[in-house]
Amino acid sequence: MANSAAVATPKEGVYTDSVVRLFSLAAVLWGVVGMLVGVIIAAQLTWPELNLGISWLSYGRLRPLHTNAVIFAFGGCALFATSYHVVQRTCQTRLFAPGLAMFTFWGWQLVILAAAITLPLGINQSKEYAELEWPIDLLIAVVWVSYAIVFFGTVGIRKVRHIYVANWFFGAFIIAVALLHIVNSAAIPVDATKSYSAYAGVQDAMIQWWYGHNAVGFFLTAGFLGMMYYYIPKQAERPVYSYRLSIVHFWALIFTYMWAGPHHLHYTALPDWTQSIGMIFSLVLLAPSWGGMINGIMTLSGAWHKLRDDPILKFLIVSLSFYGMSTFEGPMMSIKTVNALSHYTDWTIGHVHSGALGWVGMISMGSLYYLIPKLFGQKQMYSVKAIETHFWIATIGIVLYIAAMWIAGVMQGLMWRAVNPDGTLVYSFVESVKATFPYYVVRLCGGLLYLSGMLIMAWNTVMTVRSGKAVLAPIPPVNATLAHA
Amino acid sequence: MESLYLLIPLSAGLVLAIIAVFGWALHKGQFDDLEAEGARILQDDAAPVDADQYKFEPAREQSRVLKTPRS
Repeated sequence: MANSAAVATPKEGVYTDSVVRLFSLAAVLWGVVGMLVGVIIAAQLTWPELNLGISWLSYGRLRPLHTNAVIFAFGGCALFATSYHVVQRTCQTRLFAPGLAMFTFWGWQLVILAAAITLPLGINQSKEYAELEWPIDLLIAVVWVSYAIVFFGTVGIRKVRHIYVANWFFGAFIIAVALLHIVNSAAIPVDATKSYSAYAGVQDAMIQWWYGHNAVGFFLTAGFLGMMYYYIPKQAERPVYSYRLSIVHFWALIFTYMWAGPHHLHYTALPDWTQSIGMIFSLVLLAPSWGGMINGIMTLSGAWHKLRDDPILKFLIVSLSFYGMSTFEGPMMSIKTVNALSHYTDWTIGHVHSGALGWVGMISMGSLYYLIPKLFGQKQMYSVKAIETHFWIATIGIVLYIAAMWIAGVMQGLMWRAVNPDGTLVYSFVESVKATFPYYVVRLCGGLLYLSGMLIMAWNTVMTVRSGKAVLAPIPPVNATLAHA
Repeated sequence: MESLYLLIPLSAGLVLAIIAVFGWALHKGQFDDLEAEGARILQDDAAPVDADQYKFEPAREQSRVLKTPRS
Protein backbone atom coordinates (compact mmCIF):
# COMPACT_ATOMS: atom_id res chain seq x y z
CA MET A 1 0.00 0.00 0.00
CA ALA A 2 2.84 2.38 -0.82
CA ASN A 3 0.61 4.67 -2.84
CA SER A 4 -1.84 5.09 -0.03
CA ALA A 5 -0.50 8.38 1.26
CA ALA A 6 -2.91 10.88 2.55
CA VAL A 7 -6.56 10.92 1.79
CA ALA A 8 -9.62 11.15 3.92
CA THR A 9 -10.94 8.82 6.58
CA PRO A 10 -13.09 6.14 4.99
CA LYS A 11 -16.49 7.71 5.29
CA GLU A 12 -18.31 4.50 5.99
CA GLY A 13 -15.75 3.24 8.53
CA VAL A 14 -14.25 -0.23 8.69
CA TYR A 15 -15.71 -3.67 9.36
CA THR A 16 -15.43 -5.26 12.81
CA ASP A 17 -13.07 -8.07 11.85
CA SER A 18 -11.07 -8.69 15.02
CA VAL A 19 -13.70 -11.06 16.41
CA VAL A 20 -13.93 -12.80 13.01
CA ARG A 21 -10.14 -13.31 13.09
CA LEU A 22 -10.24 -14.81 16.59
CA PHE A 23 -13.09 -17.18 15.79
CA SER A 24 -11.41 -18.29 12.53
CA LEU A 25 -8.17 -19.17 14.27
CA ALA A 26 -10.04 -20.85 17.14
CA ALA A 27 -11.96 -22.95 14.59
CA VAL A 28 -8.70 -24.29 13.16
CA LEU A 29 -7.28 -25.02 16.61
CA TRP A 30 -10.43 -26.80 17.85
CA GLY A 31 -10.67 -28.67 14.56
CA VAL A 32 -7.27 -30.25 15.26
CA VAL A 33 -8.17 -31.03 18.89
CA GLY A 34 -11.64 -32.45 18.15
CA MET A 35 -10.45 -34.62 15.28
CA LEU A 36 -7.50 -35.86 17.33
CA VAL A 37 -9.89 -37.03 20.06
CA GLY A 38 -11.95 -38.68 17.31
CA VAL A 39 -8.92 -40.62 16.12
CA ILE A 40 -8.12 -41.66 19.69
CA ILE A 41 -11.59 -43.07 20.30
CA ALA A 42 -11.61 -44.76 16.89
CA ALA A 43 -8.38 -46.48 17.99
CA GLN A 44 -9.99 -47.40 21.32
CA LEU A 45 -12.90 -49.07 19.54
CA THR A 46 -10.38 -51.09 17.56
CA TRP A 47 -8.08 -51.87 20.50
CA PRO A 48 -9.97 -51.27 23.77
CA GLU A 49 -6.75 -51.57 25.83
CA LEU A 50 -5.86 -48.08 24.62
CA ASN A 51 -7.97 -46.55 27.37
CA LEU A 52 -4.96 -47.55 29.52
CA GLY A 53 -7.23 -48.34 32.44
CA ILE A 54 -7.61 -44.62 33.19
CA SER A 55 -11.23 -43.60 33.66
CA TRP A 56 -10.62 -40.10 32.25
CA LEU A 57 -9.48 -41.65 29.00
CA SER A 58 -12.26 -44.20 28.71
CA TYR A 59 -14.32 -44.27 25.55
CA GLY A 60 -17.54 -43.27 27.32
CA ARG A 61 -15.98 -40.02 28.49
CA LEU A 62 -13.91 -39.16 25.43
CA ARG A 63 -16.75 -39.76 23.00
CA PRO A 64 -18.84 -36.77 24.18
CA LEU A 65 -15.60 -34.76 24.30
CA HIS A 66 -15.07 -35.60 20.61
CA THR A 67 -18.62 -34.75 19.53
CA ASN A 68 -18.70 -31.53 21.54
CA ALA A 69 -15.27 -30.47 20.30
CA VAL A 70 -15.98 -31.03 16.61
CA ILE A 71 -19.59 -29.83 16.57
CA PHE A 72 -19.62 -26.95 19.02
CA ALA A 73 -15.96 -25.94 19.22
CA PHE A 74 -14.80 -26.43 15.60
CA GLY A 75 -18.18 -26.06 13.88
CA GLY A 76 -19.38 -23.43 16.35
CA CYS A 77 -16.32 -21.20 15.98
CA ALA A 78 -16.47 -21.56 12.18
CA LEU A 79 -20.14 -20.52 12.29
CA PHE A 80 -19.46 -17.54 14.55
CA ALA A 81 -16.59 -16.40 12.32
CA THR A 82 -18.42 -16.75 9.03
CA SER A 83 -21.76 -15.39 10.24
CA TYR A 84 -20.08 -12.27 11.70
CA HIS A 85 -18.15 -11.87 8.44
CA VAL A 86 -21.06 -12.48 6.09
CA VAL A 87 -23.61 -10.35 7.95
CA GLN A 88 -21.28 -7.36 7.86
CA ARG A 89 -20.33 -7.75 4.20
CA THR A 90 -23.85 -8.32 2.93
CA CYS A 91 -25.41 -5.60 5.11
CA GLN A 92 -22.44 -3.26 4.46
CA THR A 93 -22.27 -2.19 8.03
CA ARG A 94 -20.06 -2.98 11.00
CA LEU A 95 -21.18 -5.28 13.78
CA PHE A 96 -23.83 -4.07 16.16
CA ALA A 97 -22.30 -4.03 19.69
CA PRO A 98 -18.69 -5.10 18.90
CA GLY A 99 -17.98 -5.44 22.63
CA LEU A 100 -20.77 -7.97 22.98
CA ALA A 101 -19.42 -9.80 19.94
CA MET A 102 -16.06 -10.03 21.71
CA PHE A 103 -17.89 -11.36 24.76
CA THR A 104 -19.38 -14.13 22.62
CA PHE A 105 -15.85 -15.13 21.65
CA TRP A 106 -14.44 -15.38 25.17
CA GLY A 107 -17.70 -16.79 26.54
CA TRP A 108 -17.72 -19.52 23.90
CA GLN A 109 -14.07 -20.38 24.59
CA LEU A 110 -14.95 -20.65 28.28
CA VAL A 111 -17.78 -23.07 27.40
CA ILE A 112 -15.32 -25.16 25.38
CA LEU A 113 -12.75 -25.16 28.16
CA ALA A 114 -15.38 -26.13 30.74
CA ALA A 115 -16.54 -28.96 28.47
CA ALA A 116 -12.96 -30.18 28.01
CA ILE A 117 -12.55 -30.38 31.79
CA THR A 118 -15.93 -31.73 32.91
CA LEU A 119 -16.53 -34.39 30.26
CA PRO A 120 -13.36 -36.45 30.96
CA LEU A 121 -14.19 -36.15 34.66
CA GLY A 122 -17.48 -37.87 33.94
CA ILE A 123 -19.60 -34.83 34.82
CA ASN A 124 -22.48 -34.83 32.35
CA GLN A 125 -26.25 -34.90 31.89
CA SER A 126 -26.25 -38.10 29.80
CA LYS A 127 -28.04 -36.35 26.94
CA GLU A 128 -26.47 -37.02 23.58
CA TYR A 129 -25.00 -33.85 22.01
CA ALA A 130 -26.23 -31.92 25.08
CA GLU A 131 -24.09 -33.56 27.75
CA LEU A 132 -22.86 -30.44 29.50
CA GLU A 133 -24.03 -29.84 33.06
CA TRP A 134 -26.38 -27.04 34.02
CA PRO A 135 -23.88 -24.26 34.94
CA ILE A 136 -22.30 -24.60 31.49
CA ASP A 137 -25.76 -24.76 29.92
CA LEU A 138 -26.55 -21.40 31.54
CA LEU A 139 -23.34 -19.89 30.16
CA ILE A 140 -24.21 -21.23 26.69
CA ALA A 141 -27.63 -19.59 26.94
CA VAL A 142 -26.08 -16.22 27.87
CA VAL A 143 -23.51 -16.40 25.06
CA TRP A 144 -26.15 -17.47 22.57
CA VAL A 145 -28.55 -14.66 23.44
CA SER A 146 -25.64 -12.20 23.09
CA TYR A 147 -24.88 -13.75 19.70
CA ALA A 148 -28.50 -13.22 18.65
CA ILE A 149 -28.37 -9.58 19.78
CA VAL A 150 -25.17 -8.92 17.82
CA PHE A 151 -26.39 -10.72 14.70
CA PHE A 152 -29.93 -9.36 14.51
CA GLY A 153 -28.72 -5.95 15.67
CA THR A 154 -26.35 -5.90 12.70
CA VAL A 155 -29.16 -6.89 10.36
CA GLY A 156 -31.20 -4.12 11.97
CA ILE A 157 -28.60 -1.41 11.25
CA ARG A 158 -27.93 -2.67 7.72
CA LYS A 159 -27.20 -0.13 5.02
CA VAL A 160 -28.59 -2.30 2.24
CA ARG A 161 -32.32 -2.81 1.93
CA HIS A 162 -32.27 -6.45 0.93
CA ILE A 163 -31.32 -9.10 3.50
CA TYR A 164 -29.09 -11.57 1.65
CA VAL A 165 -30.22 -15.20 1.80
CA ALA A 166 -27.18 -16.35 3.80
CA ASN A 167 -28.32 -14.11 6.65
CA TRP A 168 -31.70 -15.81 6.68
CA PHE A 169 -29.98 -19.16 7.13
CA PHE A 170 -27.69 -17.83 9.87
CA GLY A 171 -30.64 -16.11 11.56
CA ALA A 172 -32.78 -19.26 11.57
CA PHE A 173 -29.83 -21.23 12.95
CA ILE A 174 -29.32 -18.77 15.81
CA ILE A 175 -33.00 -18.62 16.82
CA ALA A 176 -33.58 -22.37 16.51
CA VAL A 177 -30.49 -23.30 18.52
CA ALA A 178 -31.51 -20.90 21.30
CA LEU A 179 -34.96 -22.50 21.46
CA LEU A 180 -33.65 -26.08 21.28
CA HIS A 181 -30.98 -25.51 23.88
CA ILE A 182 -33.29 -23.88 26.39
CA VAL A 183 -36.08 -26.48 26.09
CA ASN A 184 -33.82 -29.55 26.07
CA SER A 185 -31.50 -28.36 28.84
CA ALA A 186 -34.30 -27.77 31.35
CA ALA A 187 -33.07 -29.61 34.44
CA ILE A 188 -33.35 -29.67 38.19
CA PRO A 189 -29.93 -29.11 39.79
CA VAL A 190 -28.89 -31.23 42.74
CA ASP A 191 -25.54 -29.54 43.23
CA ALA A 192 -23.02 -27.66 41.12
CA THR A 193 -22.06 -30.70 39.08
CA LYS A 194 -25.21 -32.79 39.01
CA SER A 195 -28.73 -32.24 37.74
CA TYR A 196 -31.66 -34.30 36.57
CA SER A 197 -33.57 -33.67 33.36
CA ALA A 198 -36.95 -31.99 33.76
CA TYR A 199 -38.40 -34.78 31.62
CA ALA A 200 -38.44 -38.52 32.28
CA GLY A 201 -38.39 -41.75 30.31
CA VAL A 202 -39.76 -41.67 26.78
CA GLN A 203 -40.76 -38.01 27.27
CA ASP A 204 -37.12 -37.23 27.81
CA ALA A 205 -36.18 -39.28 24.76
CA MET A 206 -38.66 -37.40 22.59
CA ILE A 207 -37.45 -33.97 23.80
CA GLN A 208 -33.86 -35.11 23.39
CA TRP A 209 -34.35 -36.16 19.75
CA TRP A 210 -36.48 -33.16 18.95
CA TYR A 211 -33.38 -31.28 20.09
CA GLY A 212 -30.91 -33.69 18.53
CA HIS A 213 -32.46 -33.78 15.11
CA ASN A 214 -33.00 -30.04 14.95
CA ALA A 215 -29.46 -29.46 16.14
CA VAL A 216 -28.50 -31.37 13.00
CA GLY A 217 -31.04 -29.40 10.99
CA PHE A 218 -30.25 -25.94 12.24
CA PHE A 219 -26.75 -26.05 13.72
CA LEU A 220 -25.15 -28.47 11.27
CA THR A 221 -27.26 -27.65 8.21
CA ALA A 222 -28.86 -24.19 8.18
CA GLY A 223 -25.77 -22.46 9.59
CA PHE A 224 -23.42 -24.10 7.12
CA LEU A 225 -25.83 -23.41 4.26
CA GLY A 226 -25.36 -19.75 5.21
CA MET A 227 -21.66 -20.27 4.50
CA MET A 228 -22.48 -22.08 1.27
CA TYR A 229 -24.62 -19.25 -0.10
CA TYR A 230 -21.93 -16.64 0.49
CA TYR A 231 -18.56 -18.30 0.01
CA ILE A 232 -19.36 -20.41 -3.06
CA PRO A 233 -20.53 -17.39 -5.11
CA LYS A 234 -17.59 -15.34 -3.80
CA GLN A 235 -14.96 -17.97 -4.52
CA ALA A 236 -16.48 -18.84 -7.91
CA GLU A 237 -16.95 -15.13 -8.66
CA ARG A 238 -20.40 -15.87 -9.95
CA PRO A 239 -23.83 -15.27 -8.42
CA VAL A 240 -25.58 -18.33 -7.02
CA TYR A 241 -27.20 -20.40 -9.81
CA SER A 242 -30.74 -19.35 -8.89
CA TYR A 243 -31.24 -16.82 -6.14
CA ARG A 244 -34.96 -17.49 -6.42
CA LEU A 245 -34.38 -21.17 -5.65
CA SER A 246 -32.23 -20.24 -2.65
CA ILE A 247 -35.21 -18.38 -1.16
CA VAL A 248 -37.47 -21.39 -1.76
CA HIS A 249 -34.75 -23.63 -0.28
CA PHE A 250 -34.67 -21.58 2.90
CA TRP A 251 -38.39 -21.39 3.58
CA ALA A 252 -39.07 -25.01 2.62
CA LEU A 253 -36.24 -26.25 4.82
CA ILE A 254 -37.25 -24.38 7.96
CA PHE A 255 -40.92 -25.29 7.56
CA THR A 256 -40.21 -29.02 7.42
CA TYR A 257 -37.18 -29.65 9.63
CA MET A 258 -38.84 -29.27 13.04
CA TRP A 259 -41.03 -32.36 12.59
CA ALA A 260 -38.54 -35.06 11.66
CA GLY A 261 -37.02 -35.83 15.09
CA PRO A 262 -39.03 -38.99 15.94
CA HIS A 263 -37.14 -40.95 13.24
CA HIS A 264 -34.38 -41.32 15.82
CA LEU A 265 -36.79 -43.33 17.98
CA HIS A 266 -38.20 -45.91 15.56
CA TYR A 267 -39.38 -49.13 17.23
CA THR A 268 -39.13 -47.67 20.72
CA ALA A 269 -41.80 -46.84 23.33
CA LEU A 270 -42.65 -43.73 21.32
CA PRO A 271 -46.22 -43.97 19.88
CA ASP A 272 -46.25 -45.48 16.42
CA TRP A 273 -48.06 -42.56 14.79
CA THR A 274 -45.37 -40.18 16.06
CA GLN A 275 -42.71 -42.36 14.47
CA SER A 276 -44.62 -42.35 11.18
CA ILE A 277 -44.92 -38.55 11.19
CA GLY A 278 -41.19 -38.31 11.77
CA MET A 279 -40.56 -40.65 8.85
CA ILE A 280 -42.89 -38.77 6.48
CA PHE A 281 -41.37 -35.38 7.24
CA SER A 282 -37.91 -36.85 6.83
CA LEU A 283 -38.84 -38.01 3.33
CA VAL A 284 -40.29 -34.58 2.51
CA LEU A 285 -36.97 -33.01 3.55
CA LEU A 286 -35.23 -34.59 0.60
CA ALA A 287 -36.79 -32.01 -1.74
CA PRO A 288 -35.48 -28.76 -0.21
CA SER A 289 -32.14 -30.39 0.61
CA TRP A 290 -31.50 -31.47 -2.94
CA GLY A 291 -32.84 -28.19 -4.30
CA GLY A 292 -30.19 -26.41 -2.26
CA MET A 293 -27.44 -28.82 -3.21
CA ILE A 294 -28.18 -28.50 -6.94
CA ASN A 295 -28.37 -24.73 -6.59
CA GLY A 296 -24.93 -24.59 -5.00
CA ILE A 297 -23.24 -26.96 -7.42
CA MET A 298 -24.84 -25.39 -10.50
CA THR A 299 -23.35 -22.05 -9.47
CA LEU A 300 -20.30 -23.34 -11.33
CA SER A 301 -22.38 -24.01 -14.45
CA GLY A 302 -20.43 -22.69 -17.41
CA ALA A 303 -17.28 -22.30 -15.31
CA TRP A 304 -16.48 -25.87 -14.43
CA HIS A 305 -12.81 -25.33 -15.27
CA LYS A 306 -12.53 -23.34 -12.04
CA LEU A 307 -13.07 -26.56 -10.16
CA ARG A 308 -9.95 -28.01 -11.75
CA ASP A 309 -7.68 -25.13 -10.79
CA ASP A 310 -9.03 -23.94 -7.48
CA PRO A 311 -8.66 -26.23 -4.44
CA ILE A 312 -10.91 -23.98 -2.31
CA LEU A 313 -13.74 -24.50 -4.79
CA LYS A 314 -13.01 -28.22 -4.67
CA PHE A 315 -13.64 -28.15 -0.91
CA LEU A 316 -16.83 -26.13 -1.29
CA ILE A 317 -18.35 -28.09 -4.16
CA VAL A 318 -17.38 -31.54 -2.89
CA SER A 319 -18.87 -30.61 0.49
CA LEU A 320 -22.16 -30.08 -1.34
CA SER A 321 -21.98 -33.49 -2.96
CA PHE A 322 -21.56 -34.99 0.51
CA TYR A 323 -24.50 -32.85 1.64
CA GLY A 324 -26.52 -34.37 -1.19
CA MET A 325 -25.40 -37.87 -0.31
CA SER A 326 -26.19 -37.62 3.37
CA THR A 327 -29.52 -35.86 2.81
CA PHE A 328 -30.49 -38.73 0.54
CA GLU A 329 -29.20 -41.35 2.96
CA GLY A 330 -30.94 -39.72 5.95
CA PRO A 331 -34.50 -39.89 4.58
CA MET A 332 -33.81 -43.41 3.33
CA MET A 333 -32.65 -44.51 6.80
CA SER A 334 -35.72 -42.90 8.35
CA ILE A 335 -37.97 -45.34 6.46
CA LYS A 336 -38.98 -47.79 9.16
CA THR A 337 -38.11 -50.97 7.27
CA VAL A 338 -34.65 -49.64 6.41
CA ASN A 339 -34.23 -48.37 9.96
CA ALA A 340 -34.98 -51.86 11.26
CA LEU A 341 -31.73 -52.90 9.64
CA SER A 342 -29.63 -49.78 10.18
CA HIS A 343 -30.56 -48.69 13.70
CA TYR A 344 -27.91 -49.21 16.41
CA THR A 345 -25.36 -50.30 13.80
CA ASP A 346 -22.25 -48.50 12.57
CA TRP A 347 -24.16 -47.51 9.45
CA THR A 348 -25.51 -44.62 11.53
CA ILE A 349 -21.95 -43.62 12.42
CA GLY A 350 -21.05 -43.75 8.72
CA HIS A 351 -24.07 -41.59 7.85
CA VAL A 352 -23.22 -39.01 10.51
CA HIS A 353 -19.62 -38.77 9.36
CA SER A 354 -20.54 -38.47 5.71
CA GLY A 355 -22.42 -35.36 6.82
CA ALA A 356 -19.89 -34.23 9.42
CA LEU A 357 -16.57 -34.83 7.63
CA GLY A 358 -17.91 -34.35 4.12
CA TRP A 359 -20.44 -31.57 4.41
CA VAL A 360 -19.79 -29.64 7.64
CA GLY A 361 -16.02 -30.13 7.72
CA MET A 362 -15.30 -29.40 4.09
CA ILE A 363 -17.62 -26.40 3.74
CA SER A 364 -15.99 -24.93 6.88
CA MET A 365 -12.48 -25.61 5.63
CA GLY A 366 -13.26 -24.11 2.23
CA SER A 367 -14.83 -21.04 3.81
CA LEU A 368 -11.91 -20.60 6.23
CA TYR A 369 -9.42 -20.94 3.38
CA TYR A 370 -11.27 -18.10 1.66
CA LEU A 371 -11.55 -16.04 4.82
CA ILE A 372 -8.22 -16.35 6.66
CA PRO A 373 -5.92 -14.78 4.03
CA LYS A 374 -8.32 -11.86 3.59
CA LEU A 375 -8.41 -11.22 7.32
CA PHE A 376 -4.62 -11.01 7.38
CA GLY A 377 -4.16 -8.86 4.27
CA GLN A 378 -3.05 -11.70 2.00
CA LYS A 379 -4.29 -12.57 -1.47
CA GLN A 380 -4.35 -16.28 -0.71
CA MET A 381 -3.16 -18.85 1.79
CA TYR A 382 0.60 -19.24 2.30
CA SER A 383 0.57 -22.45 0.26
CA VAL A 384 -2.16 -23.16 -2.29
CA LYS A 385 -0.50 -26.50 -2.99
CA ALA A 386 -1.05 -27.47 0.64
CA ILE A 387 -4.78 -26.72 0.24
CA GLU A 388 -4.84 -29.10 -2.72
CA THR A 389 -3.02 -31.77 -0.68
CA HIS A 390 -5.40 -31.23 2.22
CA PHE A 391 -8.36 -31.64 -0.10
CA TRP A 392 -7.23 -34.98 -1.48
CA ILE A 393 -6.12 -36.40 1.87
CA ALA A 394 -9.43 -35.38 3.45
CA THR A 395 -11.49 -36.80 0.59
CA ILE A 396 -9.70 -40.16 0.64
CA GLY A 397 -10.06 -40.21 4.43
CA ILE A 398 -13.81 -39.63 4.23
CA VAL A 399 -14.31 -42.30 1.58
CA LEU A 400 -12.39 -44.87 3.65
CA TYR A 401 -14.33 -43.89 6.75
CA ILE A 402 -17.84 -44.03 5.35
CA ALA A 403 -17.30 -47.08 3.14
CA ALA A 404 -15.94 -49.02 6.13
CA MET A 405 -18.90 -48.00 8.29
CA TRP A 406 -21.47 -48.79 5.61
CA ILE A 407 -20.13 -52.30 5.18
CA ALA A 408 -19.74 -52.80 8.93
CA GLY A 409 -23.22 -51.44 9.62
CA VAL A 410 -25.09 -53.55 7.08
CA MET A 411 -23.10 -56.59 8.17
CA GLN A 412 -23.96 -56.00 11.83
CA GLY A 413 -27.64 -55.46 11.00
CA LEU A 414 -27.80 -58.69 9.03
CA MET A 415 -25.92 -60.66 11.70
CA TRP A 416 -28.14 -59.41 14.52
CA ARG A 417 -31.35 -60.31 12.73
CA ALA A 418 -30.21 -63.71 11.39
CA VAL A 419 -32.24 -66.52 12.99
CA ASN A 420 -31.98 -70.28 12.81
CA PRO A 421 -35.00 -72.35 11.71
CA ASP A 422 -35.73 -73.01 15.39
CA GLY A 423 -35.92 -69.28 16.11
CA THR A 424 -32.63 -68.90 17.96
CA LEU A 425 -30.07 -66.28 16.92
CA VAL A 426 -27.37 -67.42 14.51
CA TYR A 427 -24.77 -65.04 15.93
CA SER A 428 -23.97 -63.81 19.39
CA PHE A 429 -23.35 -60.07 19.73
CA VAL A 430 -19.65 -60.53 20.30
CA GLU A 431 -19.35 -62.38 17.00
CA SER A 432 -20.59 -59.26 15.22
CA VAL A 433 -18.02 -57.19 17.16
CA LYS A 434 -15.26 -59.55 16.08
CA ALA A 435 -16.42 -59.40 12.46
CA THR A 436 -16.33 -55.60 12.59
CA PHE A 437 -12.65 -55.41 13.62
CA PRO A 438 -11.13 -54.96 10.12
CA TYR A 439 -13.60 -52.17 9.34
CA TYR A 440 -12.65 -50.40 12.55
CA VAL A 441 -9.03 -50.49 11.40
CA VAL A 442 -9.99 -49.01 8.02
CA ARG A 443 -12.11 -46.36 9.78
CA LEU A 444 -9.13 -45.45 11.94
CA CYS A 445 -6.99 -45.01 8.81
CA GLY A 446 -9.66 -42.77 7.29
CA GLY A 447 -9.79 -40.70 10.47
CA LEU A 448 -6.01 -40.42 10.59
CA LEU A 449 -5.97 -39.11 7.02
CA TYR A 450 -8.67 -36.57 7.81
CA LEU A 451 -6.74 -35.43 10.90
CA SER A 452 -3.53 -35.16 8.85
CA GLY A 453 -5.34 -32.88 6.44
CA MET A 454 -6.44 -30.69 9.34
CA LEU A 455 -2.83 -30.51 10.57
CA ILE A 456 -1.77 -29.31 7.13
CA MET A 457 -4.46 -26.67 7.37
CA ALA A 458 -3.22 -25.59 10.80
CA TRP A 459 0.35 -25.27 9.49
CA ASN A 460 -0.86 -23.34 6.45
CA THR A 461 -2.89 -21.03 8.68
CA VAL A 462 0.05 -20.31 10.99
CA MET A 463 2.28 -19.52 7.99
CA THR A 464 -0.39 -17.27 6.45
CA VAL A 465 -0.85 -15.36 9.69
CA ARG A 466 2.90 -15.01 10.14
CA SER A 467 3.46 -13.68 6.66
CA GLY A 468 0.55 -11.27 6.88
CA LYS A 469 -0.88 -8.98 9.48
CA ALA A 470 -4.29 -7.95 10.71
CA VAL A 471 -5.80 -5.44 8.31
CA LEU A 472 -8.80 -3.16 8.43
CA ALA A 473 -11.40 -3.61 5.72
CA PRO A 474 -13.15 -0.35 4.79
CA ILE A 475 -16.88 -0.49 4.20
CA PRO A 476 -17.64 0.46 0.61
CA PRO A 477 -20.31 3.13 0.04
CA VAL A 478 -23.79 1.84 -0.70
CA ASN A 479 -25.48 2.71 -3.95
CA ALA A 480 -28.54 4.86 -3.28
CA THR A 481 -30.95 2.57 -5.13
CA LEU A 482 -30.05 -0.34 -2.86
CA ALA A 483 -29.84 1.56 0.39
CA HIS A 484 -31.93 0.79 3.40
CA ALA A 485 -33.92 3.80 4.57
CA MET B 1 -46.88 -38.69 25.76
CA GLU B 2 -46.97 -35.42 27.69
CA SER B 3 -43.83 -34.18 25.95
CA LEU B 4 -45.85 -33.88 22.75
CA TYR B 5 -48.11 -31.37 24.50
CA LEU B 6 -45.02 -29.20 24.71
CA LEU B 7 -43.36 -29.99 21.39
CA ILE B 8 -46.37 -29.87 19.07
CA PRO B 9 -47.66 -26.44 20.24
CA LEU B 10 -44.07 -25.18 20.22
CA SER B 11 -43.46 -26.38 16.67
CA ALA B 12 -46.89 -25.20 15.50
CA GLY B 13 -46.28 -21.80 17.11
CA LEU B 14 -42.95 -21.68 15.36
CA VAL B 15 -44.58 -22.40 12.00
CA LEU B 16 -46.99 -19.50 12.60
CA ALA B 17 -44.05 -17.27 13.53
CA ILE B 18 -42.23 -18.35 10.37
CA ILE B 19 -45.33 -17.52 8.30
CA ALA B 20 -45.46 -14.10 9.97
CA VAL B 21 -41.80 -13.40 9.21
CA PHE B 22 -42.29 -14.59 5.64
CA GLY B 23 -45.28 -12.23 5.32
CA TRP B 24 -43.18 -9.38 6.68
CA ALA B 25 -40.38 -10.07 4.21
CA LEU B 26 -42.83 -10.30 1.32
CA HIS B 27 -44.61 -7.11 2.34
CA LYS B 28 -41.31 -5.24 2.75
CA GLY B 29 -40.34 -6.06 -0.81
CA GLN B 30 -37.47 -8.38 0.14
CA PHE B 31 -38.31 -10.66 -2.78
CA ASP B 32 -38.94 -7.99 -5.43
CA ASP B 33 -35.80 -8.21 -7.53
CA LEU B 34 -34.22 -11.50 -6.65
CA GLU B 35 -31.70 -12.20 -9.37
CA ALA B 36 -30.11 -8.77 -8.98
CA GLU B 37 -29.65 -9.38 -5.26
CA GLY B 38 -27.82 -12.61 -5.94
CA ALA B 39 -25.25 -10.74 -8.01
CA ARG B 40 -24.79 -7.84 -5.60
CA ILE B 41 -22.64 -9.70 -3.06
CA LEU B 42 -19.91 -10.06 -5.65
CA GLN B 43 -19.33 -6.30 -5.43
CA ASP B 44 -19.15 -5.78 -1.70
CA ASP B 45 -15.38 -5.91 -1.29
CA ALA B 46 -13.04 -3.00 -0.88
CA ALA B 47 -9.31 -3.48 -0.66
CA PRO B 48 -8.13 -3.82 2.95
CA VAL B 49 -5.93 -1.22 4.60
CA ASP B 50 -3.17 -1.78 7.11
CA ALA B 51 -4.06 -0.90 10.65
CA ASP B 52 -1.42 1.82 10.84
CA GLN B 53 -2.69 3.42 7.66
CA TYR B 54 -6.23 3.78 8.82
CA LYS B 55 -7.58 7.27 8.20
CA PHE B 56 -5.43 7.32 5.05
CA GLU B 57 -7.57 5.47 2.63
CA PRO B 58 -5.87 4.58 -0.67
CA ALA B 59 -6.73 7.13 -3.33
CA ARG B 60 -7.99 4.53 -5.76
CA GLU B 61 -10.57 3.45 -3.23
CA GLN B 62 -12.16 6.87 -3.41
CA SER B 63 -13.27 6.42 -6.98
CA ARG B 64 -14.59 2.96 -6.39
CA VAL B 65 -18.32 3.15 -6.91
CA LEU B 66 -20.56 0.24 -6.31
CA LYS B 67 -21.92 -1.08 -9.53
CA THR B 68 -25.54 -2.00 -9.45
CA PRO B 69 -27.51 -4.03 -11.94
CA ARG B 70 -30.40 -1.64 -11.48
CA SER B 71 -28.81 1.68 -12.31
